[in-house]
Amino acid sequence: MRIINRKPSRVTALALGLLPFLATILVYAIASHYRRLDNPADKLLPSLESMGNAFWRMAAVPDRRSGDLLLWVDTADSLWRLGSGMAIATLLALTLGIAIGFIPHVRSALAPYIATFSLIPPITILPILFITFGLGEASKIALIVVGTAPVMVRSTAQAVLDIPREMIIKAETLGASVWQMITRLVLPQVLPKLLTALRLGLVPAWIFLISAEAIASTTGLGYRIFLVRRYLAMDVILPYVVWITLLAFLLDRLLLALSRRTFRWHHLGSDAL
Amino acid sequence: MLKSIAKATLLAAALSLPLSMSATKAEEKTDFKVCWSIYVGWMPWGYLQDSGIMKKWADKYGIDVEIVQINDYVESINQYTAGEYDGCSMTNMDALSIPAGGGVDTTALIVGDYSNGNDGIILKDKTELADIKGQTVNLVELSVSHYLLARALDTVGLSERDLTVVNTSDADMIAAYATPDVTSVVTWNPLLSEIEAQPNATKVFDSSGIPGEIIDIMMVNTETLAANPDFGKALVGAWYEVMGLMASGDADALTEMAEASGTDLDGYNAQLATTKMFYTPADAVEFTKSSELPTTMKFVAEFLFDKGILGEGAPSPEFVGISFPDGSTYGDVNNVKLRFDPSFMEMAAQGSL
Repeated sequence: MRIINRKPSRVTALALGLLPFLATILVYAIASHYRRLDNPADKLLPSLESMGNAFWRMAAVPDRRSGDLLLWVDTADSLWRLGSGMAIATLLALTLGIAIGFIPHVRSALAPYIATFSLIPPITILPILFITFGLGEASKIALIVVGTAPVMVRSTAQAVLDIPREMIIKAETLGASVWQMITRLVLPQVLPKLLTALRLGLVPAWIFLISAEAIASTTGLGYRIFLVRRYLAMDVILPYVVWITLLAFLLDRLLLALSRRTFRWHHLGSDAL
Repeated sequence: MLKSIAKATLLAAALSLPLSMSATKAEEKTDFKVCWSIYVGWMPWGYLQDSGIMKKWADKYGIDVEIVQINDYVESINQYTAGEYDGCSMTNMDALSIPAGGGVDTTALIVGDYSNGNDGIILKDKTELADIKGQTVNLVELSVSHYLLARALDTVGLSERDLTVVNTSDADMIAAYATPDVTSVVTWNPLLSEIEAQPNATKVFDSSGIPGEIIDIMMVNTETLAANPDFGKALVGAWYEVMGLMASGDADALTEMAEASGTDLDGYNAQLATTKMFYTPADAVEFTKSSELPTTMKFVAEFLFDKGILGEGAPSPEFVGISFPDGSTYGDVNNVKLRFDPSFMEMAAQGSL
């Protein structure tokens, strides 16, 4: 049988999926072992055990100074920032995207502007965000919005444009108003694609969240990483990176599951990764 | 199957080999690398490389020394700690927390200067240090700024509990000061003078209030130095040749350093004015042997321990040992990782290099 026709069983698929992860851990453990042979206190590649201890200390032992459980405080604050930023970005994408995609005059006015705006690297205009929104939460959320919204607006507008012209003409023939067409025709077509845009937007959103927290902050996952980087505490940084990756993965899967439940018609076709 | 496991293990070992190469290879070698970052007291390192003075001294001892500038200060220390470099310029505090705390035995080869006003606390619309109570203070956490704040608060009977510290990147400090909700910052030059120049800003405390406590040093790997004394001799010899040029006011050398740090001769001289440079090896030796140094390092160790950054499982500030020129030690004598050793500077003072 040709290789393209041989499908792995469930167990094999799971094992194959785990293999690269296990290999990474193995390579790490070997490298860490040899470094620690030279210097038992090596900070660059700490042992898995000391990372576990550090993670436990962050998650379960109250901080000496503030009495907080640092991991959970950091996680809650970061997720709140990420959530607020993405909520605003999604709302903007929905309203502006439909307006741009559906109403030619709005498209002419805004499409070139947003296309240009989306190309500005957001980090470069940070000082302006600071002066406008202050150094608190607002500027961090603003950075996430500026970084993700323009692209999400564009992809939503494109989703509206991709609606077959025939369907719109049919709705018009049946006497639908613009508002009726938006609620009954455009939204069902666009919402699942908006969710996809949101899932893709989360990738840069995490990057902007971490950068924003690195710049001026008192809590947050990015804050902690940049703080302990000052003394090369990789035993704290690496578990935090794994934790962030896990959170991002779970969020992504959650949104996918939500999309599958809510917009069944959108997932009738092919496999999705 | 067994074969492929063996293969995979070999591959893993091969992949991890570059990572497991370590700093502490002490065999005889002739090529050395040291790193530095932009700071008023370290600009001579760049000049040493560009002017060929370093090469001259390295040739004299039959070795090769490369001086590399790294744009990010903390990253340069991390690179040194990871073993990429044989030496690196850093402060006494960061030397204790990063390489020494990370088990890399480190020697203070050249004590170059101490901050004598280069680090300071600025308040907006207030004029007394005591007014800082209850404010949010923007600074680079766990840096010398943080240490300066802790020492300053001691002088007016306050502690960090009386205020909120906000970690703020040095790159964004000036923009941060321009926002209304930022009322106090702790930072270093040239940012400090930039912020102080704004109309509502008052400098209420600076490092001249704790002279000799924020020290800028060329730190080198102890084992590398012990195995290759010529490395230390070449660095020290070259350094004091440039110090001689600076002390005599050599305009060419000073201008080159000024431009490399992004300012002009006047700006650079203004920064030198708040830096106590040790232009002669004798001054540096005297400072290193002074009885104040152990007291300073005790303050620093206690500060680092209090902030929880002296390494995991550090049971007390004495966890990492520090040895001083008179043979005395602070902290654990079985875990001495930071050594103040003036012997190379003494050779320069006696002119025997």
